[in-house]
Amino acid sequence: MIEIHNIQKSFSGVKVLNGISGIFESGKTNLLLGASGTGKSVLLQCIVGLIKPDLGSITYDGKVFTNNKLDLKQEIRRKIGMLFQGSALFDSMNVEENVEFPLRMLTPMSKEERRERVEFCLKRVGLENAGKKMPSEISGGMKKRVGIARAIAPNSRYLFCDEPNSGLDPLTAIKIDELIYELTKEYDITTVIVTHDMNSVMEIGDNIMFLHKGNKLWEGGREEIMDTKVPELREFIFASSLMRAAKKVDEELGSLDELSTIQNGREPEGEKPQE
Amino acid sequence: MKTLGRFLLFLNTLVRRGESFRILFNRTIDEAILIGINSVVIVAIVSTFIGAVTCVQISYNLTNALIPRSTIGFMVREMTILELAPTITSIVLAGKVGSNIAGGLGTMRITEQIDALEVMGINSASYLVLPKIIASLLMFPLLVIVAMTLSILGGYVAGSLSGALSAQEYVEGLRSEFIPYNIVFALIKSFVFAFLISSISSYLGYHTKGGALEVGAASTKAVTNSIIAVLIADFVCAYVLL
Ligand SMILES: Nc1ncnc2c1ncn2[C@@H]1O[C@H](COP(=O)(O)OP(=O)(O)O)[C@@H](O)[C@H]1O
Ligand SMILES: [Mg+2]
Repeated sequence: MIEIHNIQKSFSGVKVLNGISGIFESGKTNLLLGASGTGKSVLLQCIVGLIKPDLGSITYDGKVFTNNKLDLKQEIRRKIGMLFQGSALFDSMNVEENVEFPLRMLTPMSKEERRERVEFCLKRVGLENAGKKMPSEISGGMKKRVGIARAIAPNSRYLFCDEPNSGLDPLTAIKIDELIYELTKEYDITTVIVTHDMNSVMEIGDNIMFLHKGNKLWEGGREEIMDTKVPELREFIFASSLMRAAKKVDEELGSLDELSTIQNGREPEGEKPQE
Repeated sequence: MKTLGRFLLFLNTLVRRGESFRILFNRTIDEAILIGINSVVIVAIVSTFIGAVTCVQISYNLTNALIPRSTIGFMVREMTILELAPTITSIVLAGKVGSNIAGGLGTMRITEQIDALEVMGINSASYLVLPKIIASLLMFPLLVIVAMTLSILGGYVAGSLSGALSAQEYVEGLRSEFIPYNIVFALIKSFVFAFLISSISSYLGYHTKGGALEVGAASTKAVTNSIIAVLIADFVCAYVLL
């Protein structure tokens, strides 16, 4: 579990994060949702310690991360895996070496143990045959998979993903989302995902924080998000005609349901339909 | 002034919280091999021709019959060892190694590879940059020695081919009034130049912001700034050490 409290950050006088608080639970995919430029990446970078927030605190499973001693920070960092927007694979190393890298740098594993772990992780992300390829030789989707394998290789407890399916075709995007979701459940990882993709929200949004201009305006699960009353979030969700259509179908199905319950001789519960 | 301060702070982060000796050692060897292999051919070509041109030009200027022809050999030796080999080699290396370092680090920065290292808790500056600087300190003097040898050889060949002086006269000139300190001086200079080129290029590459365009700009800036620094340091070294 990761707790953030009142995170604030400005860049040369311009406020990017305006006091964000929240809890990211383990075994859940926590989404940071919002339009481009609302500070999602900055918040993520604050949480993993790439940027120092101006104010606020971050705790990992009760251990304070902000302003702590370097040793303790390093100890937490060793349990963090991160998938970057462009995958950020080391382009001087092949796929295997990329996945092995954190093991070599951060764990006391022997060569044999490392080889086994690399094999296991590559297999888990479905890349058992690509070990010897260089990053420049593989597709964007495969790069993301390698990035995920590298992130979970040292048995990371926390997984951070910045726009994991940006630049991917819809099918590959869903596959990557599903992989992250499965790994989160399988190893009870605390996963934080930055996204602006409503598909991801509906597929894997266990807990969603909606950010708008540096403020958290809404938080909840994917079941509730369509019924939100927050105007900024409604605007964001229904910006795409696909989501508008989905909403319409949803409502029509809803009224059909109600119709059938009425026909079955029972009153619908809750609010009466408007029309 | 502000940039100088940032530059010094950057150098400080290199030695704070480093990785284990074994890892730095391996990385340094890798970088040294890369610098050596990538640069030795161009250094060899440039220095051979510099020696040849120096020899031909001196013989062209030396028309006084009272001065023995062997003086040409002597002057080629003095000029190449003291100035041409270390300085021209370093300027060539500023173009080759400096742009390579800045381009490589700049690319790693904009593709978030440096962030990936930092998230793992690795001191990316020390892990990436320190081996490059140490490798340069090791390899530049070696390349300068190669350059000295080849430029003297180039002078020998050019002198014999053009008939400016005989091989015996050239060798005689090479051997007269040899001061070993001059070689020490040249090697000290090459250390200084190695440090300047590798650290300036690393600094500029490491702090690249933006995209591919900025990586190119950082590379160019690394080369020009390194060359200027080398020439200033060349003057300072001559002033202080001679
Ligand atoms: N290192 C930085 N220096 C200055 N401004 C930054 C920096 N990083 C991000 N910003 C600014 O912060 C705002 C939020 O950026 P970001 O978090 O990347 O947005 P997104 O929600 O699309 O990920 C943007 O206006 C951006 O220009
Ligand atoms: Mg972003």
